[in-house]
Amino acid sequence: MIRARNLPFAATVLIFIIAYALCVMQFPNMLSTRVVGNLLTDNAFLGIAAVGMTFVILSGGIDLSVGSVIAFTSVFIAVTVRAGMHPAMAFALALVISTAFGALMGLTIHALSMPPFVVTLAGMFLARGAAFLLTTESVPISHPFLDTLGDLFFRLPGKGRLTFLAMLMLAVFVIGAIIAKRTRFGANVYALGGSPQSAELMGVPVRATTIRLYALSGALAGLAGIAYTLYTSAGYSLATVGMELDAIAAVVVGGTLLTGGAGLVMGTLFGVLIQGLIQTYIVFDGTLSSWWTKIVVGLLLFAFIVLQRVILLFHGPKGKPARMVPAGG
Amino acid sequence: MLIEVRAIRKSFYGVTVLDDVDFTLHAGEIHALLGENGAGKSTLVKILTGAYRRDGGTMRLEGAEVEPRDVAEAQAMGIGTVYQEVNLLENLSVAENVYLGRQPRRFGMIDTTRMEREAAALLARYGLRVDPGESLSAYSVAIRQIIAIARAVDLSGKVLFLDEPTASLDAREVEAIFAILRRLRDDGLGIVIITHFLDQVYALADRVTVLRNGKLVGSRATRDLPRRDLVGMMLGRELAEETHARSAAAPVDTPAPIRFRGMGKTGSVAPFDMDIRPGEVLGIAGLLGSGRTETAFLLFGIDRADSGSAEIDGSPVTLKSPHDAIAHGFGFCPEERKADGIVADLSVRENIILALQARRGWSRPIPRREQNAIAERYIRMLDIRPTDPERPIKFLSGGNQQKVILARWLATDPRFLILDEPTRGIDIGAHAEIIRLIDGLRAEGMALAVISSELDELVAYSSRVVVMADHRQVAELAGEEISAQAIMAAMAVEAA
Ligand SMILES: Nc1ncnc2c1ncn2[C@@H]1O[C@H](COP(=O)(O)OP(=O)(O)OP(=O)(O)O)[C@@H](O)[C@H]1O
Ligand SMILES: [Mg+2]
Repeated sequence: MIRARNLPFAATVLIFIIAYALCVMQFPNMLSTRVVGNLLTDNAFLGIAAVGMTFVILSGGIDLSVGSVIAFTSVFIAVTVRAGMHPAMAFALALVISTAFGALMGLTIHALSMPPFVVTLAGMFLARGAAFLLTTESVPISHPFLDTLGDLFFRLPGKGRLTFLAMLMLAVFVIGAIIAKRTRFGANVYALGGSPQSAELMGVPVRATTIRLYALSGALAGLAGIAYTLYTSAGYSLATVGMELDAIAAVVVGGTLLTGGAGLVMGTLFGVLIQGLIQTYIVFDGTLSSWWTKIVVGLLLFAFIVLQRVILLFHGPKGKPARMVPAGG
Repeated sequence: MLIEVRAIRKSFYGVTVLDDVDFTLHAGEIHALLGENGAGKSTLVKILTGAYRRDGGTMRLEGAEVEPRDVAEAQAMGIGTVYQEVNLLENLSVAENVYLGRQPRRFGMIDTTRMEREAAALLARYGLRVDPGESLSAYSVAIRQIIAIARAVDLSGKVLFLDEPTASLDAREVEAIFAILRRLRDDGLGIVIITHFLDQVYALADRVTVLRNGKLVGSRATRDLPRRDLVGMMLGRELAEETHARSAAAPVDTPAPIRFRGMGKTGSVAPFDMDIRPGEVLGIAGLLGSGRTETAFLLFGIDRADSGSAEIDGSPVTLKSPHDAIAHGFGFCPEERKADGIVADLSVRENIILALQARRGWSRPIPRREQNAIAERYIRMLDIRPTDPERPIKFLSGGNQQKVILARWLATDPRFLILDEPTRGIDIGAHAEIIRLIDGLRAEGMALAVISSELDELVAYSSRVVVMADHRQVAELAGEEISAQAIMAAMAVEAA
């Protein structure tokens, strides 16, 4: 039985399957492991960042710094590798920096009781500015280690490849889903998204949870930056502008309530895949402008927000808020 | 001595709310913390349980000085609490609510199966059969309150604080909870309970501590404290003996201007007829979950009836929404005032004029002078404290917030006013006032329907009483037939 709160997730999966079926009906070639493999690889960095965003949104917050942190990470790796550092070392350092950066934003949000929107907006400018400070040019990188990673893949039946990036993203989703549903930290995140006041009165360590939450989002943005660097073999400070919005869209289309408290990490995977699918369709079609992706995503977002309201209306607390007398009638 | 606090002080924005309050709690004792609305009871509980930081004073737990910095820390010390504003999370499952922060784990992962099994077993001891995996929002307020109590009891190793824990429970459920509390006391737990029901105090508490205006009035053994003296301690004056004797007017025998015929909603309330006359109070009795609140929802258009009709002054009307009902001069003060009624950041004045302004339409603002006059009138009439109309309502105590919501609906001067549990959470002084108020409104010719679990109260002001059970009206009593025994008998017939 599907519980009411899992309806949006079911809807997302259904939309993905229907959309994919429609695509295949028009372009039978789309039914191949190559398309699927590419879908996963091309969206790996978005997916990884979107997992972090899922946690933040589940808690009722938002992280606008993601796109900038990805750009910073990729520039940081490119510059340090160019200067002779081993990529593995550069990756580790980048993760440490992005995690610390996220933790700092979390601490600020809690300590100053500022809206996450404002604090992460500042973080967005900071990270982007720092990327520009490192370099304003696009820095290509090459290193045997990176080639090894790039050549790491499983061959899928058919012509497809499950690349390192795709596996990395899937692993992040699986671990993310486990953290969300199977750890106390995950439960605390949902609790914060339900009501910060109640969560606090129920003994949720609000401060620690907030800090860890944004640290997690920072870490995953850093990891997404690494994935992005591997994907493009370059670091560029103007890259991934506005990527946080794609991540937010993936989370919401994936069935997570934008106001927090309800949703599933795995829903976000499908949110990402739906976006990727639209892009693939546009490539196959060949005549459509790629901006159609944005339009369709926009429509889907609307549809989901409406769906969530409807579900709340019908499955809202018995005889409570959704239907209660609006204050003053 | 389990808890010993000395000279606790707390002020908000320069206003002293607790002034050198001492308090002691023994192991194996049930201790009632009493006082009028706004006396500082909830604030004291919040300080002792880590939700607020104190400005001064000391707290010892089993002799050792402690200062819980947050609720989590207090919980780790073995202090469990049900706060006045029931604090559970609707978006989590029942089991997650019960075990938040203490989930059973296996190999570091939450063991959901075991958690749900244990939650089911725990709640079964409170007579609850719920699906522990279902989200809490699927359950009624009463069930949530029991879950909150079960959770607090389960995590309190040494001390349990309950701030008006029975506010939305009926007599049967209250008795079940009390039985559990007595057992816990006998096991050596220290329990502090805040309530406005003196019957509960005498049924349960070994000792009472009374606060008034943030100051300690005294602590006594309940056994040695006559009720009169206790009331005197709380109010600082004598209260005319609460009699609740039957004083209501006899039913009027005129054609009713507001008539409901065959109103019902499948799965919610079976079709019923109801006549509403000016100058009459229609009492609605029944156990919790018997369909009382659902009936009110139909009358006020919050739920749409799927059968029957309504007629006002001889012409048929449809009540599709509260908006329609308000347009016909209806008013409804809901049971869950705390959760749904208040707009926390608005001032007392703004909260009071809200419904009146909505009825006039937002394009015709009520002049400020008139607003002030209205606010001041109701602040005085209902004895709302503090009396400052400009204070944001969120800074008022729970009971005073309820009075503000009542004032909001009174201010619209409705021809038909529906009140759902109007005296819950209101202190005994104000309690008597509200009963007098209901009677006064009736005498001025207003039509009222009042839902209440307090049978004595219903008997005191009702001209007629409808008894509900199992989502149906099972009896209607009028005039001299009305008595607490008759109402109980009618409810019991159905239960059998
Ligand atoms: N957060 C706050 N900010 C400002 N004032 C507050 C705050 N909380 C409580 N107060 C004030 O402190 C006083 C005591 O409030 P408290 O909630 O402790 O009363 P109470 O005894 O629990 O009353 P009730 O029976 O109505 O629940 C009230 O005058 C209230 O207005
Ligand atoms: Mg209180």
